[in-house]
Amino acid sequence: MAEERKVCLSGTGLTKVFGLGRHKTVAVDHVDFNFYEGEVVSIVGESGSGKTTLAKMLLGLINPTEGEIYFQGQKRDISTHKKRREYWKNIQAIFQDPFSSYNIFNKIDTVLLDCIHMRGGRNLPRAKKVEMMAQACSFVNLKFEELTNKYPFELSGGQMQRLMIARIFLLMPKILVADEPTSMIDACSRATILDMLMQLRSEIGMTIIFITHDIGLAYYVSDSVYIMEHGKFVESGSADDVILHPKAPYTKRLISDVPKIYEEWDLSTV
Amino acid sequence: MAKVLLDVRELTTKYVTRFREDVYAVDHVSLKVEEGKSLGIAGESGCGKSTLALSLMGYYFAPLHYMSGEIIIDGRKITGMDPDDIRKSVLGKEIAYIPQAAMNALNPTRKVINFIEDVIQVHDYGATKKEIYDRARSLFEHVGLPAEVLQKYPVELSGGMKQRTVIAIAVLLSPKVLIADEPSSALDVTSQKMVIKMLMQLMEDGFIGSLIFITHELPLLYNVTDDIMVMYAGQIVERGTAREVVFDPLHPYAKGLMGSIIVPEEGLRSVKLTAIPGVPPNLKNPPMGCRFADRCKYVMPECRVTSVALRDIGGGRMYRCVLSEAELREAYKNG
Repeated sequence: MAEERKVCLSGTGLTKVFGLGRHKTVAVDHVDFNFYEGEVVSIVGESGSGKTTLAKMLLGLINPTEGEIYFQGQKRDISTHKKRREYWKNIQAIFQDPFSSYNIFNKIDTVLLDCIHMRGGRNLPRAKKVEMMAQACSFVNLKFEELTNKYPFELSGGQMQRLMIARIFLLMPKILVADEPTSMIDACSRATILDMLMQLRSEIGMTIIFITHDIGLAYYVSDSVYIMEHGKFVESGSADDVILHPKAPYTKRLISDVPKIYEEWDLSTV
Repeated sequence: MAKVLLDVRELTTKYVTRFREDVYAVDHVSLKVEEGKSLGIAGESGCGKSTLALSLMGYYFAPLHYMSGEIIIDGRKITGMDPDDIRKSVLGKEIAYIPQAAMNALNPTRKVINFIEDVIQVHDYGATKKEIYDRARSLFEHVGLPAEVLQKYPVELSGGMKQRTVIAIAVLLSPKVLIADEPSSALDVTSQKMVIKMLMQLMEDGFIGSLIFITHELPLLYNVTDDIMVMYAGQIVERGTAREVVFDPLHPYAKGLMGSIIVPEEGLRSVKLTAIPGVPPNLKNPPMGCRFADRCKYVMPECRVTSVALRDIGGGRMYRCVLSEAELREAYKNG
């Protein structure tokens, strides 16, 4: 079964070092991974374990110090601006803080229109574009008529995050990097956001790389899980294997740190 | 019966907006917290949890205004007192508050110890620096924070450390009631556990008399507090012990909240998370009847016309719905 799946994004010996000499910090330390097409992968670790650095490298926002990233079997090439834009058609991201993800000078129409233009819809008639935008908004339960001529900061956090998903819906990337998309949203809207992501995956068939510190969330959404500690993957495998039968002591600790409702929460282990 | 430390009766507070509109964010809320007990307040964003926390302190500043009701802390009525007296003799000593972004509450330009000196001297005029240092040091060591923290600037501390430092400062004067407003929402799970452990330890060792814990993470509340109160649109919609509210919620909103619990335990993946559709009502002109009516699955015509009173069904259990206990259980059984 595993042989049939196509590798979408993979990396070998990926390393990122910040600083020099005495001030050297190894944020990501020789990690290897294979993300398959259409699966939801979670990368779990506490703050400072290098999750976000890894995500930024995958997105091509920062260059790795060492190691290679392969996209659909080919070495990723983002050396020029044009190639980078081409790459970004395939990989997109949702960030933790919806409030700072938008350009504050752009209205919501512009945000969504940009997405259509990026997919090569620049010459479509205006009516068609509006229809596409309305469709994207209705996918995330927002009303496009209420959003036109508004600025992103006029929306609530949950609405902004949903608008972000509407963007993804228009862009249809192959890979979505979701960097803690729900950590700034309260528990009640969290279910909505997660549901939309899952629906998006089944509709577009994209790979979702889900970065979180909440192992419960990772267990709920993902097919496979990578546990990250100090820049290294200490455990990986299918979600059921890793979370119900953890082997690495770090994974065990992470799981014990999450409050549970059916089991006793042991406070003495901190 | 244990001593009641915090007794709030029909407290109502409002915000006045720029356009002179009244927003009743806390609407006739009554609650009692006994010595050594903890109360959790749950609810989604914008339901008035944090406003309730602010209102409980009895110290109001615009745009928050006091309307009616009483707050009695350990037999002393603080509503109606002079704001200056409240600031000096109630805040910190009787009731302390840890704000939501407590990590940013420290002064970035001052060392932690200097900040503590400033804070303490407001409430305890005449305390010498030596006394303050000794007191802070012994408390910090007691809760497992290294004493070096006192000589550091906030930027030198990690997020979890800052949060614990702020909590330690808040309890320095041994308040009778500590209100913790989402103390762990910006932290990762390990730091969160440390913060919780510290709060529990403070309760056990008598540094704080009782705890009010506000969060939207129900698994956390279930593990931390004795009682849980669910708020919706400024009102209490359900109250009971943690076990009752989590495993046997009565109000449809509380039931909906339980559907969004995520815990890394077997069986989670087979459960579909359910979100409550819609958004909370605008409190500028709240609906006439039940405030949850628009989002409720079991809504009936009468819900929208008559305002619903809080029903007390004994044992400290309360809920706000027109349906009786048996009718609600029947409705949940049928899905």
